[in-house]
Amino acid sequence: MDAIGLWIGAFLTLGIMSFLYKDNPWYKLSESIFVGVSAGYWFITLFWDSIYSKFYIGVSQEGDNYLYVGAILGLMMLMRLIPKVGWISRWPLAFIVGAISGFYLINYFSSNIMRQVANTVMPLFSTDYGQSLFSASVGTIIDNILVAGGTFAGLVYFFFSKEHKGAFGATAKVGIWVIMVTFGATFGYTVMSRMSLLIGRMDFIFGDWLGLIK
Amino acid sequence: MDDQLYRQPVFRVFQIFLIIFTVLAGSIFAQDPAIGLTDSADVFVPAPPGAVKATDVVYDQGGAVDLEWELSPDDDGSLKVSGYYICRREVGGEDYRLVDSVMAGVRTFVDETVEQDHTYQYMVAVNGDCSTAPSEESNSITPDMEWLNFGLSNLFIIGLVICGSVIYFIAHAKRGKKFFIRKIAGLEAVDEAIGRATEMGRPILFVPGILDMDDVQTIAALTILGRVSRVVADYDTKINVPVSRSLVMTAARETIKSSYMAAGRPDAYSDDMAAYITDEQFGYVAAVDGMMVREKPATCFLLGAFFAESLILAETGNSIGAIQIAGTARPAQLPFFVAACDFTLIGEELFAASAYLSGEPKQMGSLKGQDVGKAIAMVFIVLGVITTTLAQAWDIGVFTWISDLLHDLFQVTS
Repeated sequence: MDAIGLWIGAFLTLGIMSFLYKDNPWYKLSESIFVGVSAGYWFITLFWDSIYSKFYIGVSQEGDNYLYVGAILGLMMLMRLIPKVGWISRWPLAFIVGAISGFYLINYFSSNIMRQVANTVMPLFSTDYGQSLFSASVGTIIDNILVAGGTFAGLVYFFFSKEHKGAFGATAKVGIWVIMVTFGATFGYTVMSRMSLLIGRMDFIFGDWLGLIK
Repeated sequence: MDDQLYRQPVFRVFQIFLIIFTVLAGSIFAQDPAIGLTDSADVFVPAPPGAVKATDVVYDQGGAVDLEWELSPDDDGSLKVSGYYICRREVGGEDYRLVDSVMAGVRTFVDETVEQDHTYQYMVAVNGDCSTAPSEESNSITPDMEWLNFGLSNLFIIGLVICGSVIYFIAHAKRGKKFFIRKIAGLEAVDEAIGRATEMGRPILFVPGILDMDDVQTIAALTILGRVSRVVADYDTKINVPVSRSLVMTAARETIKSSYMAAGRPDAYSDDMAAYITDEQFGYVAAVDGMMVREKPATCFLLGAFFAESLILAETGNSIGAIQIAGTARPAQLPFFVAACDFTLIGEELFAASAYLSGEPKQMGSLKGQDVGKAIAMVFIVLGVITTTLAQAWDIGVFTWISDLLHDLFQVTS
């Protein structure tokens, strides 16, 4: 059975990779199997994780009656299958969007605003509060100026209420340059991490399947 | 006897009893001068820790107690003390039970295994080489839940200012006040891109990311979808919205349906416009790539939360010659969109897009209010950096005071 699975895995992997040449029946077959199997897999996973493990076990064995709220919202969502009462399905959707927005408001406030500003308010020429002026190394001073200046210029770029002209526009330009340099560094870093995905597949083809890599 | 015999569990137990008996006998004899065996005990018993103080952890849900004690005088780094045992009992209930242990030199512990409204007492026992010495009992403590977290007062104040600004500007916008919003290149191209698809007679592909409705980027993407599908309905163009989450499919269908109804073309709407593919990340990507190369959409919108699939989708879209407008708030994926797409909405621009496109008073007011938040952040950053730096250059009280105030104002403690 393992050998059959191995051959099917290799067949489908090569099928997906054949897309690099062009769209073809082999790719279409692999894609359809991938989509179908994964959709089925997720259906079963969600059924056992959510409906059985969380809801059924939670209610029947742990007595957590709050779970009925989720179940009722889920049933309301299914109302869209009945055209006459399909409008009911908007309620759980509104509940989810509203609740999630409120829930994350505090998180985003604290991480994206408060902590960002707190960490940017720093002495430029020393490593920390309470230390003497110019106590930091040249590298740290440059770091500090880049962080404080870059954050400020970035904020100017994302300020929508004023036209990017004159000194404001020049600062915004610095902001977008800072952002682009950051993107460049991120690009290289992420590409390298993506290589591991390719290496994993190559290892499967040449190692597990063909046995060329021991 | 054989050495192995001494390693048998029964001998270990006997040894432990012997040690305990010796310690007990030593302490009894030490209290009775008539017996006179005081100095000959072989086991060193460290002095107990002192002043164990238990306090309720503030601004929590009543599930934690802070403990603090004075170290044993013998805990001086000379390895006579190996650590402390934290023991707890419920007042009026059980005997003391071990909760946890900490290393020598540690004088605090947070017990997160307590229950709200139960009263507890603690004892900290110092652990010597072969002996322990318990402290006196701590004060009684009843962990309680606080309804308000005053530790986040600064967050509340700043939140109030920003939310107040949003409400203020929405009210102004509703009264007909026009607000200026600078041009956002990617959004200027939306109508043009839809028009191009119409002229070419090819469909538009809208990918709202791969996360669920609990992600704000997905919500932003669907808001833009509302505007895009409205124009699509006006132009009578075909739109495809493949999604990887069932809830997103439901929300996307509702959004498109509303747009078609607003455009006065409910008959042209079809549920097939938004289709569920699969939750599996790369299965979804394989399917969307297939759609791209087969249907050859003239315009691709890649807006929302993306991960490793960002470059695969953007490259495929590029290869078929589609105009691509992408946007996400995920910094790791933005570089790929910048490299492979015609227009990219960077982070905040994605969230500003819906207001920009619709021009609705509510959304415009909201965008203006957010700008107030950014202005506050910019002012405080400049002020904070200058005063903090000056406070170090010259020890002038006012600079230090402003610097400390700003630091405290934006410090999130819990």
